[in-house]
Amino acid sequence: MAARTPSSSKGPKASPGRRAITGRFLAVIAVGLVSLGYFLPSLPPKLVPASIRGMLPGEGIHLGLDLQGGIHLVLQVERDVAAQNFMDRTAEGLTGQIQREEIEGVTLTREGDYGIRVSTGGSADLREKASKLIEDKYPLLAAAPGPEESLLITPKPDELARVRTQAVTQAVETIRNRIDQFGVSEPLIQQQGEDEILVQLPGVAEPERAIELIGKTAVLEFKMVDEEARLTPGVALPPEDEVLYRRVVDPATGQELDREPYIVRRQAMLTGDTLTDARVAIDQFNEPYVAIEFDPAGGEIFARVTGENVGKRFAIVLDGNVYSAPVIRERIPGGRASITGSFSSAEANDLAIVLRAGALPAPVEILQNVTVGPSLGADSIRAGVLATLVGFVLVVLFMLAYYRLSGLIANMALMLNLVVLMGALAALHATLTLPGIAGILLTIGMGVDSNVLIFERIREELRLGKTVRLAVDQGYDRAFVSIMDAHMTTLITAAVLFLFGSGPVKGFAVTLSLGIVINLFTAFVGTKMVFDWMNARRRLTTLSI
Amino acid sequence: MMELIAKTNIDFMGKRRYALLVSGLLIAFGLFTVVQMLMGKANLGIDFAGGTSVQLNFERPVEIDEARRILATGGFADAELQEFTGTGKLLVRVKRTNTIQEHVATDIQAAFKAALPDNPFVVDSVTEIGPSIGKRLQKDAGLAILLSFIGIVAYIAVRFEFRFGVAAAVATFHDVLAVLGLFAIMGKEINLLLVTALLTLAGYSLNDTVVVFDRIRENLRRRHRETLEEVMNRGINQVLSRTIITALTTQIVLVALVLWGGEVLHDFALALLIGIVVGTYSSIFVASALVLVWRGRPGRIIAQETNP
Repeated sequence: MAARTPSSSKGPKASPGRRAITGRFLAVIAVGLVSLGYFLPSLPPKLVPASIRGMLPGEGIHLGLDLQGGIHLVLQVERDVAAQNFMDRTAEGLTGQIQREEIEGVTLTREGDYGIRVSTGGSADLREKASKLIEDKYPLLAAAPGPEESLLITPKPDELARVRTQAVTQAVETIRNRIDQFGVSEPLIQQQGEDEILVQLPGVAEPERAIELIGKTAVLEFKMVDEEARLTPGVALPPEDEVLYRRVVDPATGQELDREPYIVRRQAMLTGDTLTDARVAIDQFNEPYVAIEFDPAGGEIFARVTGENVGKRFAIVLDGNVYSAPVIRERIPGGRASITGSFSSAEANDLAIVLRAGALPAPVEILQNVTVGPSLGADSIRAGVLATLVGFVLVVLFMLAYYRLSGLIANMALMLNLVVLMGALAALHATLTLPGIAGILLTIGMGVDSNVLIFERIREELRLGKTVRLAVDQGYDRAFVSIMDAHMTTLITAAVLFLFGSGPVKGFAVTLSLGIVINLFTAFVGTKMVFDWMNARRRLTTLSI
Repeated sequence: MMELIAKTNIDFMGKRRYALLVSGLLIAFGLFTVVQMLMGKANLGIDFAGGTSVQLNFERPVEIDEARRILATGGFADAELQEFTGTGKLLVRVKRTNTIQEHVATDIQAAFKAALPDNPFVVDSVTEIGPSIGKRLQKDAGLAILLSFIGIVAYIAVRFEFRFGVAAAVATFHDVLAVLGLFAIMGKEINLLLVTALLTLAGYSLNDTVVVFDRIRENLRRRHRETLEEVMNRGINQVLSRTIITALTTQIVLVALVLWGGEVLHDFALALLIGIVVGTYSSIFVASALVLVWRGRPGRIIAQETNP
């Protein structure tokens, strides 16, 4: 392979003329001004008056939850439960349908997670009838013959997939509804992956309350209390009954004191589906309670059932917990009821919200909760800004002392770097986090590197006795390869961090990768331009470097 | 002209035996930590291990022993405590692979509220990580480390030749392992921010090595009867002032970050501070030495000009 001289790949270009320099100068100024315009709205209002703010583009840099305080939650929707609930309801519907079709002698039981077993007592004829019913009326279910002339009914795979997918989208909607009613400015609620929901609530600092509000399934049921049944050890309850508990809570500490059992009918007489409104009201003892209202159909059922059961008790059950079990004094018309319990007013308020917004299609599990209080957020901003300023000033002073006039040029480039980076963050709607501030700081430290590489190379060329113009041109040319390689490798790391990182890692990668790109621009356009300009004015014989 | 480093002519390559000894030791610490991590014995942060951390800011500082006693009474004898001197801030970490529904954060606050009724606090931060997320974050971090290494080796292999790429990658890996080992010895925990710091360090250290390699490549193109070792020494000496000055300016901002950046970023900045010392050392003493000790047929860049 033939030897190449280093300059042959990229020979020193003739320094550009004055007009070209002016053009580049204007371009750099324009980039700087636009960036400044995007950045300025990020500053506190007392520094940027409203009159100026009105003329500026964008809304400034968006701060991450770690800086402004807030709650970051990752929830997982239990899709399996949603699918099981769906099959529970299907089994109920099917039972009703079989009664209506007057197919006698058939019993239905749920089997496994998603199956319904139709037992026919060994009658092939009944199986034929049941099978035909499924085929005609339930196109989304599949029936397979089983032992003793029974049938196993399962959802078709597409249907099962639909129910599971829908559970997540529906949960997102319900949670959005609840948060909207709770009143949080700029919340972020979005699906993440297959079954997760990301919720970000800026400015909210009570994770327990938020989790309670978002994570409550809020399935409301009204169930009759079975007054005849007794809890006796060793004696099984009737199959249509179940035991639910009422938590007795100390209102002062929130500690659970006792659990009071209730024997109730499995079949709910009415569910929260028929609710039209729920709001907080205050009773005669000045205790808050939640007043609810049913739609006409629900109100009718409520009136009928209460009318038939005067003197008995019904349990108000939320997510499997009994809230209260009042005695029915008389038929309750008008479709109104109230949920009492020893609520604080915040609890009553949140309960009303979740009831209005509707139930979640399935329980959700909290996978991650990161909450930053507003004071720590403010501390972090203060610390980040202080560290950035101190670091920046020290670097600027060092460069000035070490490289004199050239150092001043490098410092101007550094300043430009910082302004363009801030402007780019604002213009691209990137989120600035605390690790992001660290990324900015690091680009300051490394941003100097390009200039150091160039200046050290210019010094070397000068030592060889070259003229200033030649030394500057060759210094830039020869440093170019190193700067490119060095930036590319860092950019590879930053890009990988951005693509595969999560949370703090991502915030850091954003500022680092932006910083590197901007740094390349200022190093090759910004500083070179100033040297060319100095050279174009008069032939320099010495260079302050 | 102010010069920290005048024109030097140090025989760096000649000291490669000492360097390999020092580096061997650093790598040993790092590998030991990695083995500990694989065996599940390392001090993993809650973002990887799962668990709860609560930072409380008390009106008056709380004695750490008293805090430990209060937590033990509240059923958190396994809690780890960290105080920030001169402030009322207290960081409580409970590593349990439990679900968040168990209200660990609330119970910790309740314990302090009950035991110290006249020293109120505000909650600075609460972090609860479920075990499945911890596993995923571990996997993501591993993937990020792997991919950035592959990307970097590929880039350098294309720009230089394969043995430079491998040498640069090994030198970088060396730095990361060294800091990981030192952090483990210092009893710091391994969390997502540390991984970020280590990857940043990888980028920086590589950057440093590439600048040296670039100069060596340039020198190789016009060497006159020099051995590879002499060419390398010359290259390292030529870029030495740049290496030192860049390390210095980066260290300036990192010191600012360690001192004033706040508690969240303290360990992050400290890892980089140590890392850049190691990274600078490795780009001078280790990376080129690795190319030199590599036996075998030289590639296109080293080979060219040897047989004109």
